[in-house]
Amino acid sequence: MAMLSVNGLAVSYGAIKAVKGISFDIDEGEIVTLIGANGAGKSTTLNTIAGLIKPDAGSIKFKGEELVGIKPHKIVERGLALCPEGRRVFTHMTVAENLDMGGYTRTDAENKETLEVVYEHFPRLKERINQVAGTLSGGEQQMLAMGRALMSRPKLLMLDEPSMGLAPILVDEIFEIIETLNKNGTTILLVEQNANMALKVAARGYVLETGKIVKTGTGAELLVDDDVRKAYLGG
Amino acid sequence: MTFLTQVLNGLQLGSIYALVALGYTMVYGIILLLNFAHGDIIMVGAYISWIVMSQLGLSPALAIVLSIVGCAGLGVLIDKVAYQPLREAPRMSLLITAIGVSYFLENGAQLVFGADAKVVPEYFDLPNLSVGGVGLSANAIITIVVTAVSTVLLTILVQKTKLGKAMRAVSEDMGAARLMGINVNNTISFTFAVGSALAGIGAVLYSMAYSQATPTMGIMLGTKAFVAAVLGGIGSIPGAVIGGLLVGFAEVFVSAIGLSVWQDAVVFLLLIIVLVVRPTGILGRPMTEKV
Repeated sequence: MAMLSVNGLAVSYGAIKAVKGISFDIDEGEIVTLIGANGAGKSTTLNTIAGLIKPDAGSIKFKGEELVGIKPHKIVERGLALCPEGRRVFTHMTVAENLDMGGYTRTDAENKETLEVVYEHFPRLKERINQVAGTLSGGEQQMLAMGRALMSRPKLLMLDEPSMGLAPILVDEIFEIIETLNKNGTTILLVEQNANMALKVAARGYVLETGKIVKTGTGAELLVDDDVRKAYLGG
Repeated sequence: MTFLTQVLNGLQLGSIYALVALGYTMVYGIILLLNFAHGDIIMVGAYISWIVMSQLGLSPALAIVLSIVGCAGLGVLIDKVAYQPLREAPRMSLLITAIGVSYFLENGAQLVFGADAKVVPEYFDLPNLSVGGVGLSANAIITIVVTAVSTVLLTILVQKTKLGKAMRAVSEDMGAARLMGINVNNTISFTFAVGSALAGIGAVLYSMAYSQATPTMGIMLGTKAFVAAVLGGIGSIPGAVIGGLLVGFAEVFVSAIGLSVWQDAVVFLLLIIVLVVRPTGILGRPMTEKV
């Protein structure tokens, strides 16, 4: 059984239909990516799974249980975390406080343990522990946002545009960390405009176009697919 | 009256304004609402003390506890009933609702208790202290100490505890706070509870000083405290305290030099000057648009 299965999901903002009945699933241990242009509905899909937006129709089943209608903070407790687009770290709070907030649903003892794991993945956060998050560089903020999401000990981690606005060397670093996290047992749903990088690490991918899934396949298949190459990989 | 007595009076009045301003600033900090019903919560607190002591003949200690708890409960109730349904609504709707709640409480109190002032009995029979020949009111000293302790506790709550950090997270980015697993509505309710409990403490201290409750007592008190919060920089806890003390001192010293008719005008003049010279207030953060 799939860990997450989305069926016929439709979401709109007022009169604008952002997601028009998409279905996809993720098995435990996989990296699955949703790729597509700006406005294809990728972030909307993630925000809906996280419970921030109510869908018009469709179901979202996580480990067999329906998520639609459940409050975002309850969804976090069930083991699903979203690292949002644009990082959205708490800029007036310190790195330590941001990580603290990430572990809000966990006990202090659990957080102490998880913190060690997060520092292992992101040693730079440990160096900046008392620094106010707003003064971190973009790459460091992305690491903080991911570390913060990990603090809730998610079974499924959703990453929304983790490479956005980062220098190429940092993009490589972030993707290496994504692969390591996955090897250590975290299932990952990755949304990216950097389709090339995303498809290289993903087991499977779905291509979204104006709210619909137009193509699916393994990462390797999509990487060499003519349409995908033309549309998203620069020929 | 000596200078020292005036300083003490200024500190006493300023402390009460500071406590009330803290409530304004906390609620503004978390949901960007100028909660115009905040002053009226104090009025309700004063009436609770009056009911418990005068009408029921129960102990002042119980009156104090029930005033504080009652105000905290009322704050939460107002949030749940009036503001929570408007979380996603434009800020103007929220502001108008707050004004509506304020009128509701004032007129409700007038309906229930009548328009005339009720005398709140003395909580404690306190002697005036005399230090080196200068008379010091025990009420003033209690007020100042209670305010100082409340401010310190509030600062610890907001800076160090899990709930306090959640309050700051919600105030900065509600959506991101939700993604952390923070129950945003409960966190906001908690903020109202704390802010209104401070108003309850303010109600008790105010009743100690002025011994009366009227349905409209919260208007001027609330407005002055609001001025104090803006003066100090709305959203800032130390700012609210500084603003409160400034307003208190301004009033007392204007009266002391024989211009007591002008004391309200001076407070509002102070506000106008600050808004012109430094619109974010003394300790306010410059406004940055969220993107």
